[in-house]
Order: sequence, then C-alpha cells, then structure tokens
Amino acid sequence: MIRLTIAAALLASAAPVLAENHTIAPGEGAQERLQEALILAEPGDTIVLEAGRYALTDGLSLDVDGVTIKGAGMGADGSASILDFTAQQGAGEGLLVTSDNVTLRDFAIENAKGDGIKSKGADNIIYHALRVEWTNGPDEKNGAYGIYPVEASNILVQDSYVRGASDAGIYVGQSENIIVRRNRVVENVAGIEIENSNKAEVTENLATRNTGGILVFDLPGLPKVGGGDVLVARNAVIDNNTDNFAPEGNIVASVPAGTGVMVMANTNVQVKDNALINNSTSHVMLIAYSQDYDDERYQPRPVNVMLQGNVYGSGGANPDFEGGAMLLAAMGAEALPPVLSDGLHTNLKVEDAVPVLSLGLTKVGQPLTEAQPAMWSQPEGVSAEALAEVALPADMELRLK
Amino acid sequence: MKLSSGLLIAALAACVFSVGAQTLPASALPPQEPAARINVEAILGVEGLDGKVRKYPRTLSEYGFFLDGSGRTPDPRLIAYELNTPLYSDGAEKLRYVYIPEGKQLTAQGDGLLQFPVGSAIIKTFAFGEGADQRYIETRVLLHRADGWLALPYMWDEEQTEARLALVGGRVPITTPAGETISYQVPNKNQCKNCHQLNDVVTPIGPKARNLSGDWLEMMGQAGALDKASLAIAATHEPLPVWGDRVSANVALVARAYLDVNCAHCHQPGGSASNSGLDLRWEQDSPHAIGIHKPPVAAGRGSGGRKVSIVPGDPDASILVYRMSSTEPGVAMPELGRATNDPEGIAAVRAWIEAMEPAS
Repeated sequence: MIRLTIAAALLASAAPVLAENHTIAPGEGAQERLQEALILAEPGDTIVLEAGRYALTDGLSLDVDGVTIKGAGMGADGSASILDFTAQQGAGEGLLVTSDNVTLRDFAIENAKGDGIKSKGADNIIYHALRVEWTNGPDEKNGAYGIYPVEASNILVQDSYVRGASDAGIYVGQSENIIVRRNRVVENVAGIEIENSNKAEVTENLATRNTGGILVFDLPGLPKVGGGDVLVARNAVIDNNTDNFAPEGNIVASVPAGTGVMVMANTNVQVKDNALINNSTSHVMLIAYSQDYDDERYQPRPVNVMLQGNVYGSGGANPDFEGGAMLLAAMGAEALPPVLSDGLHTNLKVEDAVPVLSLGLTKVGQPLTEAQPAMWSQPEGVSAEALAEVALPADMELRLK
Repeated sequence: MKLSSGLLIAALAACVFSVGAQTLPASALPPQEPAARINVEAILGVEGLDGKVRKYPRTLSEYGFFLDGSGRTPDPRLIAYELNTPLYSDGAEKLRYVYIPEGKQLTAQGDGLLQFPVGSAIIKTFAFGEGADQRYIETRVLLHRADGWLALPYMWDEEQTEARLALVGGRVPITTPAGETISYQVPNKNQCKNCHQLNDVVTPIGPKARNLSGDWLEMMGQAGALDKASLAIAATHEPLPVWGDRVSANVALVARAYLDVNCAHCHQPGGSASNSGLDLRWEQDSPHAIGIHKPPVAAGRGSGGRKVSIVPGDPDASILVYRMSSTEPGVAMPELGRATNDPEGIAAVRAWIEAMEPAS
C-alpha cells in the first residue's frame, strides 16, 4: 500500500523510511499520478512505470535526490513505457531533473515540445536505455535536445536512442566527468555534442543520418568555458548527410551536412579508432570559433588535437559549405581529403595515413573568402599524451546492477 | 485535479485540528470557524499542539492567515504589499501579503531582496473577474522554515470556501481580462521551485526593496517591522518604475524593470536558466550579458531563426521579443506562469530595443 506509506511518512516525518517502489500505470490521470509520485518520492525510492503509453499534457519534473525512474522498456510497442508529450501544453521540456544521484532507465519520451529530458545541476546522473524521439523525423519544429544534461559533474549516458532533435540528440553542456557510450543517434542535426565541458569520453556510439555525427565545441560568454580533455573513440560515424534543419541562430545551424566529427575551440581532443564512412563534407573537421566575442577566458582554436587509428571510408564528395564545390574543382578531385582544418589549429597530431587539407586561414575570425587551401603536412616534434581515463564514482555503475 | 495522497493524509490525521491554545476534535468545530491565531507550527512545519507534524499543510485555512474560510479577510497581522513592476500572470489580479513573526523584523540588503526572519510567510492569491464575479483560483505560500524556504500552491474550490494543497498543480479554464479563454496553469511544487530557486535554494522573488514603494518601506519602518538602518539604505536606491505610470518613465528603465521582474529569477547566475549565459537582472550592466548581440546557446527552435537575443534598433530580429511574443511551449518565455502574451510588456521591451543605436 504505497500511498499509505507516503501519507504516513508525511505525518511522521522523523520516522526513517525504507526505499520504496511506487508503481504508476498509464491511463486516466497519469499526468497527476506520475507527477505526484515524483514530488512525494523519498531518496532511494524507485518510480516504476508500467508498460504502456502515458498521454501527458505538461512537463514532468523531479527534484528529489537518489530517485530512480524505471520503465518496462524503451521500445515503440506495447511492452515499452512511453511518455507521450504530443499534447503537451506547457514547460520547456518533457522531463526536468534538478536533483542528484538520479537514475533514468528503460523508458521512452516522444514528441516533447521543447527538449526531451533535461537535467540541470544534477550530479551523478545516469541515463540508461532510454529512447527520446520526435516521431516525425527531422523537422525544425522539433525540440532542441533529446538527452540534455547541463551544469553537472559525473554524467553517464548509455545504451540510448535519440532521433529527430533539431539541435543535438545527446547534448552535454557545461559539465565535467562524462561518459557517453553505446548510444544510437539518428536523424538529429548533431548526433552527439559535447559543449563547454571537460573530461568526456564518447565511445562506441553509432551516429548516422545526422547533419553532423559528433561535435566537440566550446562557446564564449557562458558561465563555464574552456572545454577540453575529450576522447572520441571506437564510434561508427556513418552517412551523416541530412540537410541541416536547425533553426537559424543556434551554433549547430552552421554545421555543414556531411560532417563526421567536428572539433571547435577545444583543448586536448583525441579522435581514435572510429569508423568514419560516407560523410559527404568531411570525416573530421577542425575549426576555430569565427564569430565576434568578448570573453577573456575564451580560447577559440582547436588545440592539441590528435587523430589516430581511425578507419576512413568514402566521403567528402559533396562539401556543404560556401566555396566547397569550387574547392573541389580547383583541386581537380572527386572528393575532399578526409580531414579538413581551417588552418587555425594549434599542435595538431595526425597519426592516420590520410591527407589533410588546410584552408590556410591565419587569423581567428578571418572570412573563408581569404582561404588559401593547401595540403597540410605534419610538423616535426608534435606529440600527444594519452588522456586520463574518465572515472565515475563507483556507486554509479553499481546502481545499474 | 486529483490529490489522492492529500485525501489520505486527511483521513489519517486523527481528525484533530490545532486551534488556539486548545486541541479540539474536528467534529466540535463548525467548518468555517475562523482561526484564533496564525498557526506558526504550520508555517514552520513543526509539531503542532495536536502533536502532529504537517510538512505540507493540506488546506490554506490551517495556517490561519485569513479570518474567513474564503480567504477574503486577512488576519490583521498580515501586511498587504504591492510591487512597482509586477510579474505578468495572464492578467491575474494578485493579492499579496507578508507575515512576520511577532517581535521580528525584516532587514534590507541594499535595494535587493528583503531578508525575512524564520517563521515568516509570503502569501499571494491569484484572482480573475471583476467585483462580485471575482473568483480566487489559487493561493501560493512561501514559508520560511528553519531549513529554508518552502513554496506550496493551494487551489480554491468551486464554491470558493476552501483552498486545498495542490502539490501537483493543476489546470483551470479561465477567461482573462483581455477576453481570452485559456487553460490557466497552477504550478506544481517543483515548478514553484523552478522560478524560486537560486543556487538550488528556494528563495522569494518579489519583495525586493527596489520594487516596493518608499511609502510602504517607511510604513514598515514606523511599525518596527523593518529594521531602521535597513530602511535608510533601501531609501537611497532608485526604485523600479511604477508600471501604471510607465508612460512618463524612461523606456530603458521600464524595460529593464520588466525583464528583472519577469525573467531574471531564472536568467541570472545560479538561476534555473544560468546555463544560457543571459543575465537579465536590473543590476547587470554588461551589454552582452543582457543579450545585446548575444547568440543563443540552447534555444533550439526558440530562436525563431533569429541570430541574437537583442539586435539594437530591430526588435523583430531579436530573439527576446520573439520568445515573449509566443505562447507555444518550447518557444514561449517565460516557460512557466503564462498561457497568454503580455502586450504591455512586449511593447515596453520593443520600445527599448527600438531606441537602441544600431551597430554601424
């Protein structure tokens, strides 16, 4: 008798409460019943979402530490727990988490009006086996981010699926100590984006049919700047050629269709052992932040970037940036080389035996019309040290056992 | 509106109310009996005279803030206040009160938020309709407990006789003063905190010294409810423009006051929208921080295809105006607390941006 337990706990708040399961079923009043359980949960409790489709009219939120939300599955059929926000009337996201040590697992979020799941200032959070999807596919009217942890330490996003986000499928912003692994990101503008964050590992993901597969960015003027120490390894980054459908004004709206991995304004980024196949602008692109900014803390170039052990398939035959076609013609080539830099990198180490094209820019903010494209060759004496492994608190992994 | 656990709490509450210095069985009380005193235990969330702890009092009448169950007659110990520039809430009329424990005082911190002693409460009722047709929809309380502030929403019943705890909020069909029929949203407990949190701690928003009239502060000082030294400090600051008199005020001050009151509780460092880098507080003077030529960070389709928050001289190209002028979830700002646009606020912000010198 779960409700009785909650009520009793409220009446005698000094009494210790054991971790409880609160089971919620879809159907009449699901919005109120689920939101009520999220508010009244005690640390250690699990909110169990029975299988079925939950028709929701408002954003949900969780602000209690140590709570798990666990569904019956992330799929699209009757065996899954699907939070359907198609009729959402308010709030900026489907589910908002603002407490620490939260585990979200085995459910799906469909058609949120804003972001899918946002966690802000929520340390030690796990996103496991979730599906966040805009079921109509790419559309600029879709929400911005599917899975959106921001301003936190210790973030694990794994075994999840995001489709249709008009900005990034999985976006980690202004955070540190991050693992994003074994996810599938499909038909988003950016598949995975690590922005203004430090100590991140993006590994063993499949990024396909996005505009850009995996982006590692830093932007000026935010509370946290100076992103870096990012490992992008053992990912399959394939066929990311979807036309950019991000609304103008967002930084990802400037990402060319056909981008595999893009590194902008970051320090210590290693791109290793990925399969980069059929991305029609460039498999790996390194650029400086080119807009005006006024932020003394900001470092606009890609610094200490290393490429090693990647497998490069076909690609680069249809560069989606101004002058791209002219560049191809001038080079007399069918396709651009698999690695492209604007020329503004510092300490680039390419261990892969592939050609690298530099656009030859010499100043940050210089327009592409002043580009002086030339093949780049590895200078002597540049080396890269291995990044320290990202270690999450031991209890985070234990929570999934 | 479903509140199953609330009903269960009622059933389990041993049918005893705390009233005055006595403990009476509920059956001995007529339903509309006025509270004999402000129930400080309810404010503080501590053990009452009936031996019970009510973390979340289930009705507004439990606090004893009003002499009648319908909440029309405030206890004399409640002090009404108004704000120079108010938050827009679909045109709701707001009745605002503070309660300060006897013998305690408010203190000021410059022109910012007044500091309330533990045991204080801030009570705000949202009403629609004129005269005899006026209906109370909800009353929100902010309780200053020993472990910090707690925000709770109470929804009025159809008969207007009782406001019950609505932890999960609710929606109510409303006709606004502008004649729009809307689904008015009563925020849930988490949504209360979403706006009322700073660095993850719940805090009041409205009663900042700069947004209160000099007369009110003076009155509070005379009554001994505001510390005298604080009064002197608060009195030296420029107050926010009075919204009703805004035509005669500087357009920039009017717009900045509006943004401070309607946006800055989230859009400031430590606020719920801190990650945006947009800081709309009255005291922020960096042009970039308040949005001038500032690109968005996580706006998504909220950008409306516009490139920066504010383009000087061009309100139509400014994301700020676009998002204020939308009612669509995911685009509309503020995200919570309005289902309609505020034409007055939009006009004020437009006029300010229009008057800015365009970049050459």
